[in-house]
Amino acid sequence: MGEKVLMKGNEAIGEAAIRSGCRHFFGYPITPQTELSAYMVKKMPKIGGVFLQAESEVAAINMVYGAAAAGVRAMTSSSSPGISLKSEGISYLAAGDLPCVIVNIVRGGPGLGGIQPAQSDYFQATRGGGHGDYHLIVLAPNSVQELVYLTADAFNLSDEYRIPVMLLGDGTLGQMMEPVDFDSIPEPVYAEKPWAATGTENKRDKNVIETLFLEATELEERVLEREKKYDVVKEKLQRYEAHNTDDADIIISSYGITSRVVETAVKILRDEGIKAGVIRPITLWPFPEKIYKQVKPKAFLSVEMSTGQMVEDIRLACECSAPVYFCGRTGGVIPTPDEVVQKVKDILKEVK
Amino acid sequence: MEKRIHIFSGHFGSGKTEVALNYAVKEREKGKKVTIIDFDIVNPYFRTNDARKMLNEKGIKLIANSYASSNLDMPTVPLNLLSVFDDNDTVAVFDVGGDDDGALALGQYRKYFEKHGYQMHFVVNTKRPLTERAEDFLEMANRIETASRLKFTDIYNNTNLSVQTDENTLFSNYEEIEKLSRKMGIKTARNCGTRAALSNVPKKLKETVFEMKIYIPKPWEIQ
Repeated sequence: MGEKVLMKGNEAIGEAAIRSGCRHFFGYPITPQTELSAYMVKKMPKIGGVFLQAESEVAAINMVYGAAAAGVRAMTSSSSPGISLKSEGISYLAAGDLPCVIVNIVRGGPGLGGIQPAQSDYFQATRGGGHGDYHLIVLAPNSVQELVYLTADAFNLSDEYRIPVMLLGDGTLGQMMEPVDFDSIPEPVYAEKPWAATGTENKRDKNVIETLFLEATELEERVLEREKKYDVVKEKLQRYEAHNTDDADIIISSYGITSRVVETAVKILRDEGIKAGVIRPITLWPFPEKIYKQVKPKAFLSVEMSTGQMVEDIRLACECSAPVYFCGRTGGVIPTPDEVVQKVKDILKEVK
Repeated sequence: MEKRIHIFSGHFGSGKTEVALNYAVKEREKGKKVTIIDFDIVNPYFRTNDARKMLNEKGIKLIANSYASSNLDMPTVPLNLLSVFDDNDTVAVFDVGGDDDGALALGQYRKYFEKHGYQMHFVVNTKRPLTERAEDFLEMANRIETASRLKFTDIYNNTNLSVQTDENTLFSNYEEIEKLSRKMGIKTARNCGTRAALSNVPKKLKETVFEMKIYIPKPWEIQ
């Protein structure tokens, strides 16, 4: 383990991105993710990188398109309403098979919503978000240290599969301070990018990153080709953390910061002799569905800072082997461990 | 002479909010009237206002921007702030967040601070990236002093790694703080930490110990 420092989640993403070889960051301020831009503006000029504050979220995501098309590691970040603005550009990035990392530090919605932490962008993140047949790889860290690891993974995975990766955090994770070390961060694995528009030097045919196809069959072919890639990702990339599942009467799922609340709740429940287990999805897309088919609880519970968006994925993953309940708060409110404990007790009365 | 107005300032992440809260509680426990001012015009959460309940229970008056911890993201200063300068029998504790941007807003009250006298404490944490060496702190101190047009009067060493702080953390980079102290010409008045963090304080520094409790827990921490 290396030297530890104390960092805000947003700053830690910035440092992790830099250590992962990102030298192109296109930002636009929005609470609660602005410290990421603030960190990049301080650090990028010192290391020969580019920090550019765009005139809007839309401009920033299209700058990412340009940088990614030129084959460099590029990043942008925002929070919920800003991600909605970026959605058109994200769809284009997916269509161009361009590697990049998009950070969403989620706040309450819909609409302008609020600045307090939320997880109500789950549907938007895991279903693509913009128009067309596509997916993003979606990673959901639950601590500042994991934020660092997954930022590094995000760049590597994006390069490997040529799929844009979204790092999905929430306001608490972005704003809170935790000790981190950077020495244990995964090494950058750079992919060859023979497709990148880097200049032909009159030695090869030109590379074009295109998202418009004149023949319907040609577009269909491209989409289906990409679909095969998604199948590989679904097979290979399901990540989760699970514990106490073998004897569990109830398995509680939550991702990101809410899982910290759940850990406290499970400790209380186990101390009282209640058999509660945990499956914490780390990849939200692909959803870690395999593990849900291997467990046999009497009930599942999804705890979220939304009205229960992950419930659907758990239901699909467990193939209705047990009922899936929901417990959560939304609009910027964080559920307490006590609320989760109470909900579990109520459910276990129902399912016996 | 001990002044009744105390300003806590420093880089974000130095822990100045917890230090300011602890200072306010300690003064209150001596039987004094205490007012704490949430003077953070930048950060949306993890701020003095989050300790409202505890402050109420202890009888410490809180002055905060009416939109603090709400969804209105507006850099405003509290309306009733000037009242602390009139309450001559009250210890006033300012928690100034937002680095030099926050300090700039504070500067508008300079004439009141100078009239009533003040101490401005520089809270430092050497475990923060970008502020690890004496030179980094000096630059930050200069920026805050220039923005606020006020002068730091002493240093509070609050070097910590949050929950991973151990008995060696607080003094792990102390030579940088001593260097800072020499360069600024002010002393390191306090070495701060929870009881566990303070178990290894050298004898000659015993008098500087400032034992803290954590008043703003994370949402999943049971108090």
